[in-house]
Amino acid sequence: MEFSLILEKSILVLILTAITLGIATYLTYGERKVAAFLQDRLGPNRAGIFGIFQPLADAGKMFFKEELIPKNAEKWLFILGPGIAMVTACITSAVIPWGGDLILGGRTISLQVADVDIGILYIMGIVSVGVYGIMIGGWASNNKYSLYGAIRASSQMISYELAMGLALIAVIMMSGDLSLRHIVDEQSGWHGMKWNIFFQPLGFIIFFTCALAETNRAPFDLPECETELIGGYHTEYSSMKLGFYLFAEYINMFISSAVMACIYLGGYNFPGMDAAWFSTHPNWLSMIEVGVMFAKVSFFIFCFMWIRWTLPRFRYDQLMHLGWKGLIPLAIANMVITGGWMLLFGK
Amino acid sequence: MGNSIFDQLPISQYIYLCCVLFAIGLFGVLYRRNAIVLLMCIELMLNAVNLLFAAFSSYMGDSNGQVFVFFIMVVAAAEAAVGLAILVMMYRNTRSTDVSLMDKLKG
Amino acid sequence: MNPNYIFTLLAFITILCALYVVISKNPIHSVIALILTFFSISAHYVLLNTQFLAIVNLIVYAGAIMVLFLFVLMFLNLNKETEPVKSTSWLTAAAIASGCLLVVLVATLREGSELVMKSPNGHAGLVKTLGKLLFSKYLVPFELSGILFLAAMVGAVFLGKKKGDDDQDELIIQDNAGGNNG
Repeated sequence: MEFSLILEKSILVLILTAITLGIATYLTYGERKVAAFLQDRLGPNRAGIFGIFQPLADAGKMFFKEELIPKNAEKWLFILGPGIAMVTACITSAVIPWGGDLILGGRTISLQVADVDIGILYIMGIVSVGVYGIMIGGWASNNKYSLYGAIRASSQMISYELAMGLALIAVIMMSGDLSLRHIVDEQSGWHGMKWNIFFQPLGFIIFFTCALAETNRAPFDLPECETELIGGYHTEYSSMKLGFYLFAEYINMFISSAVMACIYLGGYNFPGMDAAWFSTHPNWLSMIEVGVMFAKVSFFIFCFMWIRWTLPRFRYDQLMHLGWKGLIPLAIANMVITGGWMLLFGK
Repeated sequence: MGNSIFDQLPISQYIYLCCVLFAIGLFGVLYRRNAIVLLMCIELMLNAVNLLFAAFSSYMGDSNGQVFVFFIMVVAAAEAAVGLAILVMMYRNTRSTDVSLMDKLKG
Repeated sequence: MNPNYIFTLLAFITILCALYVVISKNPIHSVIALILTFFSISAHYVLLNTQFLAIVNLIVYAGAIMVLFLFVLMFLNLNKETEPVKSTSWLTAAAIASGCLLVVLVATLREGSELVMKSPNGHAGLVKTLGKLLFSKYLVPFELSGILFLAAMVGAVFLGKKKGDDDQDELIIQDNAGGNNG
């Protein structure tokens, strides 16, 4: 492998990680502002203008808090838990295409870290591994509430992963490829409006619900519901380890929004992207594409927050019934309908 | 595609690795008494076989071996689900997962 | 980069984790070590240029089967204190038996390396190639494995069900046993 490619990819990874962390930090602020807006309050407004330094203050507080490891906790696993949660949250972004190609000094730079031909499966794999952070942390705390949180998390994530995968299969059938770049490029027809959501509305709803469940966001935040389980799996955590768990949740939210935008909302495609002007200015096109991508991601993130502060939490049996008796049959039906349609009318 | 690995790394390395893994799995099956760990050791043995299948498959440029890995995975998943269900039943009856307690049929 | 170094490192990690699965007294530690073993085996698959197997290995083993194991372990609350131990005579016997098997296996299989016709092509591990093979030559076994899954799912649900008892926790176990099969 040539050195410049490694350098290019390393820079891209660094920028991406920095952006992800930065966005996750500011999502905490966004969350509080959205909550305040929905509850007719002002929200944080003391640190800096409009309170924009609030996340920094929060992070500082997290860092300087006392770090406690319970006496009966399994020490190594207790530390490993938040680490796994954070790492699995961060590495998902590797296969997401953030925009078209940049051409700098004669070099074509792809705005995607790795265009592997199994992109979607990679995401599914990492998502399914992500549950270990919660399970291991919850078990290692040696606390009944934590253990309950961990058990709930694992059964919830396994159940919803299935419906998620089944919803994805319909999309994969349409595109005939597992590479995310290819799936996004497929949606560039109709002047950039041939988005999968118009063909797969049911699949999109199923996927969105499952994404809510996979990121443990309300109304599916049973692993950490404070009214029943104190803090759920992170009851015993404090300081930056707690910070890692909370951070991982926001990163997951960001990444799953990006995945949804790629798969269902056309990724970086936007109406009017095939205008003649762009063919002579590919770099401008790429920059606008990145902007569009982030706009779609922001929209999904807002939806996540909107739902969290609007809907009450499910009861545990309701959660299981929704997953197994609602979403999975629907997803299978969606798959069959898509297959039948493709068989009868072609692609 | 970097095919250089197939020239630089002899397949015998993979054969040795898989044999060692398989032997470790067998050792676990013989030595441990916890039924869950036994199941895990069986998974380990299956994985050793999987790896060898994949190694031969890609050294020979023949995809058939990889298809067999899928079927082994299918069997492993089915086995784990049924095995764990049996194990939970066993725990309910004996309050333990010790396989040496399962000798009720001994004459 | 020389693949020999990568292989040696990966093989070292694989064997170390596999050994820890077997010798660890705490079943939860065994599960975590086994997950690490599966990760390193996935890395081997990547090294062998079979990316699809690598990721399927992660999804099926690390993502589904091991979650199920960990779930059952947590649910039954097994830990170091409840772990049954065997005597050292068993240890010796097991070590000798598996050592013998190792010798036999190596002696048998080392011949295999000479039979390999080296014609590696980069497409052997691609999804497209595998899919075509799976849905043409291996279509019948593929359908049969679907039936096997269905049978396993029904079996797991049936076994997990306690007669005349509607305990919520047991329902969860069934659900997860089913979840692994889909």
